[in-house]
Amino acid sequence: MDLLEPRSLDDALGMLRQHAPLMPLAGCTDVFVALQFGTETARRFLNIWGLDELRGIDVRDGVLRMGALATYTELGRSPLVWEHLPMLVAASREVGGMQIQNRGTLGGNIANGSPAGDSLPVLAAADAVVVLRSLDGERRVPFTEFYTGYRATVIRPDELIVAVEVPPVEGAQWFRKVGTRAAQAISKVVMAGVRAPRPRIALGSVAATVVRLPQTENALAAGSTLEEAQRVLRQEIHPIDDVRSTAAYRLRVAANLLGQFWAETG
Amino acid sequence: MRFTLNGAPAEVEAPPMKRLLDVLREECALTGSKEGCGEGECGACTVLVDGMPVVSCLVPFAQVRDAEVVTIEGLGGTHPLQKAFAELGGAQCGICTPGMIMAAVALGPDPGFEEIRRGLAGNLCRCTGYEAIYRAVQGASA
Ligand SMILES: Cc1cc2nc3c(=O)[nH]c(=O)nc-3n(C[C@H](O)[C@H](O)[C@H](O)COP(=O)(O)OP(=O)(O)OC[C@H]3O[C@@H](n4cnc5c(N)ncnc54)[C@H](O)[C@@H]3O)c2cc1C
Ligand code: FES
Ligand code: FES
Repeated sequence: MDLLEPRSLDDALGMLRQHAPLMPLAGCTDVFVALQFGTETARRFLNIWGLDELRGIDVRDGVLRMGALATYTELGRSPLVWEHLPMLVAASREVGGMQIQNRGTLGGNIANGSPAGDSLPVLAAADAVVVLRSLDGERRVPFTEFYTGYRATVIRPDELIVAVEVPPVEGAQWFRKVGTRAAQAISKVVMAGVRAPRPRIALGSVAATVVRLPQTENALAAGSTLEEAQRVLRQEIHPIDDVRSTAAYRLRVAANLLGQFWAETG
Repeated sequence: MRFTLNGAPAEVEAPPMKRLLDVLREECALTGSKEGCGEGECGACTVLVDGMPVVSCLVPFAQVRDAEVVTIEGLGGTHPLQKAFAELGGAQCGICTPGMIMAAVALGPDPGFEEIRRGLAGNLCRCTGYEAIYRAVQGASA
């Protein structure tokens, strides 16, 4: 296995352009598990863990910007994230155990693209924007347009995620993950919600990608009762049976989560 | 490659993608860190990197360049946590113990019960049922 070790972001982008395909390595909490399982076919890697340009959390003109290498520990402790995106604090504190929170990154969760990724419903509900960079420059992709299918994204082989930006979020934020264990377990259903005049709701683990629920959101915005909105939700999502749980179970949990969200933010 | 190992400067030649766990066990002859699962789930391979607990089975060696690595051997056998685990039944078969202690070290002095439970949530034990482990961690600060 080869590992390229860039000294700066530009250096890294140059290597991606010249030596593609290379798989970026951030905290390795997904990649090294896949290597151990034998499911990872990549053999050439790019170590981005040391790139300071991808670290840091700040707020500019009301927009929260989190570097791709922000770990769950950093996110969970950041006063800026507490203030602007508390539902991401809640999500970060429920990822794995301490050891995983110290290494797992926001950029890795997004790029890995598992529909069970805990940060993804938060970013979808927050109308986040993913900042991608290549030697050609930067482009900003709305999070809701980032995935094109199961673990498929718009990232080009010569691009890195450099940051995630979140515009101001109005309204109460809410996050809940329903899994078999509080820590460590890959979630069965996870929901993030924002209680605003037009509520925003996103679900993980009920489809090939994280999904927003525009019909359910519309129903709630138009003043539907919770029961009506839950009926809309059951029509709107089409979860599947898999090894982790059944479609019927996921539908019931998702409808219950909507109820909890509504009750707890009302 | 240079890094700091248990407080002393170290220079070790190993493939950059080799797991830190294997470098410690095979290149550095430090076999205190255990492999339970190799998938990040059990915490038996926990070491501190720059003061923070990480699972060394999911860290490529290249990523500890210039970092400070502390393993269970770095505690020297006389750490209050090591004594408390031995005295209060926190260790039975002992496979999980080095990882438990390295995770507990990072909790700092006098952690509360909830803090301990959260801090050790990434460490599995098949023997003790955890109560004795939590008691040992609390006992270490008593
Ligand atoms: C025991 C355990 C428990 C876990 N629990 C949870 C959980 O509760 N919830 C959850 O969501 N996840 C969980 N995970 C999965 C994992 O920790 C997260 O997905 C984490 O965010 C991955 O980040 P990373 O930095 O380790 O990614 P890596 O493994 O380094 O990379 C993952 C993928 O992203 C790509 N990548 C990384 N950074 C970038 C970038 N900046 N630009 C482009 N591509 C990039 C890599 O090339 C790779 O394809 C768990 C994993 C383990 C081992
Ligand atoms: S061996 Fe590393 S976590 Fe189990
Ligand atoms: S003492 Fe045996 S696994 Fe914990």
